[in-house]
Amino acid sequence: MDRTVDKRDAAAGPAPDGPDLAQPNRISHPLRPGRWLAAGVTALVLVWLGWTIAVNPNLHWDIVVDYQFDRVILEGLWVTIQLTVASMLIGVVLGVAVALMQTSSSRILRTGAMAYVWFFRGTPLLVQLIFWFNIALIFPEIGLGVPFGGPKLVTWETNTLVTGFVAALLGLSINEGAYMSEIVRAGLRAVDPGQQEAAAALGMSRSKIMRRVVLPQAMRIIVPPTGNQFISMLKTTSLVSVIAGADLLTVAQRLYLTNFEVIALLIVASIWYLVLTTVASVGQHHLERRFSRGFGGTVPGTLRGRIGRNLRFTGSAR
Amino acid sequence: MTAPMVRCQRLRKSFGRIEVLRGIDLVIERGQVVCVVGPSGSGKSTLLRCLNHLEEPQAGRVYVDGELIGYDERDGRLRPLPDARLRRQRESIGMVFQRFHLFPHRTALENVMEGLVAVKGVGTAEARKRAGDLLDRVGLADRAHHYPAQLSGGQQQRVAIARSLAMSPKLMLFDEPTSALDPELVGEVLEVMKDLAASGMTMVVVTHEMGFAREVGDHLVFMDDGLIIEQGPPREVLAAPRHERTRAFLSKVL
Repeated sequence: MDRTVDKRDAAAGPAPDGPDLAQPNRISHPLRPGRWLAAGVTALVLVWLGWTIAVNPNLHWDIVVDYQFDRVILEGLWVTIQLTVASMLIGVVLGVAVALMQTSSSRILRTGAMAYVWFFRGTPLLVQLIFWFNIALIFPEIGLGVPFGGPKLVTWETNTLVTGFVAALLGLSINEGAYMSEIVRAGLRAVDPGQQEAAAALGMSRSKIMRRVVLPQAMRIIVPPTGNQFISMLKTTSLVSVIAGADLLTVAQRLYLTNFEVIALLIVASIWYLVLTTVASVGQHHLERRFSRGFGGTVPGTLRGRIGRNLRFTGSAR
Repeated sequence: MTAPMVRCQRLRKSFGRIEVLRGIDLVIERGQVVCVVGPSGSGKSTLLRCLNHLEEPQAGRVYVDGELIGYDERDGRLRPLPDARLRRQRESIGMVFQRFHLFPHRTALENVMEGLVAVKGVGTAEARKRAGDLLDRVGLADRAHHYPAQLSGGQQQRVAIARSLAMSPKLMLFDEPTSALDPELVGEVLEVMKDLAASGMTMVVVTHEMGFAREVGDHLVFMDDGLIIEQGPPREVLAAPRHERTRAFLSKVL
């Protein structure tokens, strides 16, 4: 040991028979009986739940196994994935556009954006879906031509154009756009205005400032709630079962209407939803890490570490 | 006869009811280092921000290198310049901010490259080389791949200076470049600025560093309440201020 440390120890030591301050502190943590009790009860409930589900004869696990990879179910699963991805993509594009409109200096653009968010956030998605599905009742034909009653170049039957899938896509993505615009707006506002000034002082154009400076930083704020929206969308697509959307829940319903295995098929569908949301959560975690570059470790630890910590039995008593 | 680097005529700027600049006339010659001092709220920063049109003045004109900034003047009427031309004007005027405003999602090297790539359209390889040289010039070659959050304030400000220099500006504006720094980091930034001044760069520096003004400045401008109260060679103004308000201010900061 070097001399300065010795001197300090000598100065800090209260008496020759006092504690040895060179050693790590020995701290005896108090027992926490309440926490141990709660942990015990939780573990008991978990085990009981697992057991009762596993042995319950009414759940027909054999049927679940039979249908889990059924061709019809897999087709519905594929529709659900397509609907989710497509609606989210359109929703994000709409959201960015509307958020940019909201920050525009034109009052008309701002009002248009506000009206969009107000309407589509203010009415139930279920109503919007049914509305899009029945759009032919209002507009029996859709055409290209001069607006306000002018001549038409081409027209289509609305019912051939707006199928169940198209109605679902319209309803989900336009609704999502309204929510995404609020998320994007919050992200844009979180970026220091000095960033735009610095970029403008370099001579960067407005669109480049947005693309190269503001949006990449806003992404850090935008990505986590967007991941949430995506996960939520995976399940929200099940609403389209009311308009014959052929998604996972719809096909499960069609199957149990013929074989009366209601619970088993709902379990089949739920298992797939859980698989999808789990995969999406992992993807979200990696995206968050990607966009927090340069901002220090704002994403706590790795996903594996987090799960591992929860599963380890010891070491959690602190 | 060549025009001065900067000429401000009757420059006025208000924010709402508050008049921040109340008629500024100022001429800055090529290669001059002009230090602008004065109490906070006197309009120093606003004046600086008018020089590259980050603020639009309500009245008066700013000419840089003989060119009217921000507007086209025809038949006594001003029209805002098209974006592309305003951008070209800003490209040639470097600006360094009090709070650095480095792009946090890019490394030091990428920050310096940004203007070259995104504005000047220089290829990535060439931009990387030039940015590396500039970082070397401000003494940060070994920090090229650090993100701003991993750099000290002084290092960040030196990167910001390199980022501005990458655009090969003819005029550099410094808005209190050392005010956000810990005292022991001020020196390294002033050192870089001193080298820049020695290279012949025209500089306008809003600052509280009277030592720098005396040592490096060619011209000192004292502002108070939106007006230039007094100007002249720094040693003279600092040693023997003629105006009462200058004296009062200097007695507090010196």
